Amino acid sequence: MKSLRFILPLVLFVVLVGFLWHGLSLNPREVPSPLIGKPAPSFELTRLDQPAKAISEKDLRGQVWLLNVWASWCVSCMEEHPVLVQFAGQNVVPIYGLNYKDKRADALAWLAKHGNPYTMSLSDPEGRVGIDYGVYGVPETYVIDKAGVIRYKRIGPVTQEVLAEKILPLVQELKGS
Amino acid sequence: MRWLACVALVLLAAAAQARDAAPLADDPVLEQRVMRLASELRCLVCQNETLADSRADLAIDLRNQVREQMRAGKTDEEIKAWLTQRYGDFVLYRPPVKSSTWLLWFGPFVLLIAGGAALFIYLRRRRARTDTTQFTPEQHRQAQALLAEDLRDKTP
Repeated sequence: MKSLRFILPLVLFVVLVGFLWHGLSLNPREVPSPLIGKPAPSFELTRLDQPAKAISEKDLRGQVWLLNVWASWCVSCMEEHPVLVQFAGQNVVPIYGLNYKDKRADALAWLAKHGNPYTMSLSDPEGRVGIDYGVYGVPETYVIDKAGVIRYKRIGPVTQEVLAEKILPLVQELKGS
Repeated sequence: MRWLACVALVLLAAAAQARDAAPLADDPVLEQRVMRLASELRCLVCQNETLADSRADLAIDLRNQVREQMRAGKTDEEIKAWLTQRYGDFVLYRPPVKSSTWLLWFGPFVLLIAGGAALFIYLRRRRARTDTTQFTPEQHRQAQALLAEDLRDKTP
């Protein structure tokens, strides 16, 4: 009974340290998306390179695809861009771009300058589709399965590490099913 | 000629649609409602600001969406649901009470009750421990003698 007086505070302290330690490894900027496991929100957007042609999410059904939200004004997009260009070269999975709150001319010039990893990019000049997808910080990347369900969301730049550890295994698994 | 006028009209209508949100003075009542709701919502870009205070682009867009939906006759609850569907409970400064938020809502009260109970038990135990025995006159005299002795030793 006497020893409990010393052990109890120690246990409480250790538990508290455990919580705080865990908190250190969390990224407060990463808000878990409620859309994971839900059907990708519908959209009807024009192609960046062909303004007359409209594409909807239904046109992309039946395949596993990545949706990468980007903009020419977005600084972190530059960071992930070489990774995406290289990944697109491997032809594992089509990457569709959502050109978020951007000007068409700027976006096209940016792609011409830095390379175009996208199967196609869709224009979302007012960011409405972005809001439907819960975008709050460009770049963001979604993995969407054959049935059109969002399976994974990456907030912030895609790195080689994220690609190899998260996205690629998931894509392989989804393609197999 | 008439055909051209028709096209022009359609284009004008489209342009009118694409107009930015109406300025504040347009409808102060609606604006107040927008701000009241927005002050209960968290901006996702600068996470310690409300949607009402934030000047981030996304906050402006979301305020416009809120305004638009209010104009369309949506209730506050419907708009909140629309937002949480996209951004999760995180956007709400007042999260809903559900099993995953019980600790958040009731944890402080549990701690308060536990602390109060611990204090109560401690105080009661301490009172029980306090010595209430009375000295006999003989013991008093003994104590006096001891103290006097002590005092004499110390004075040079």
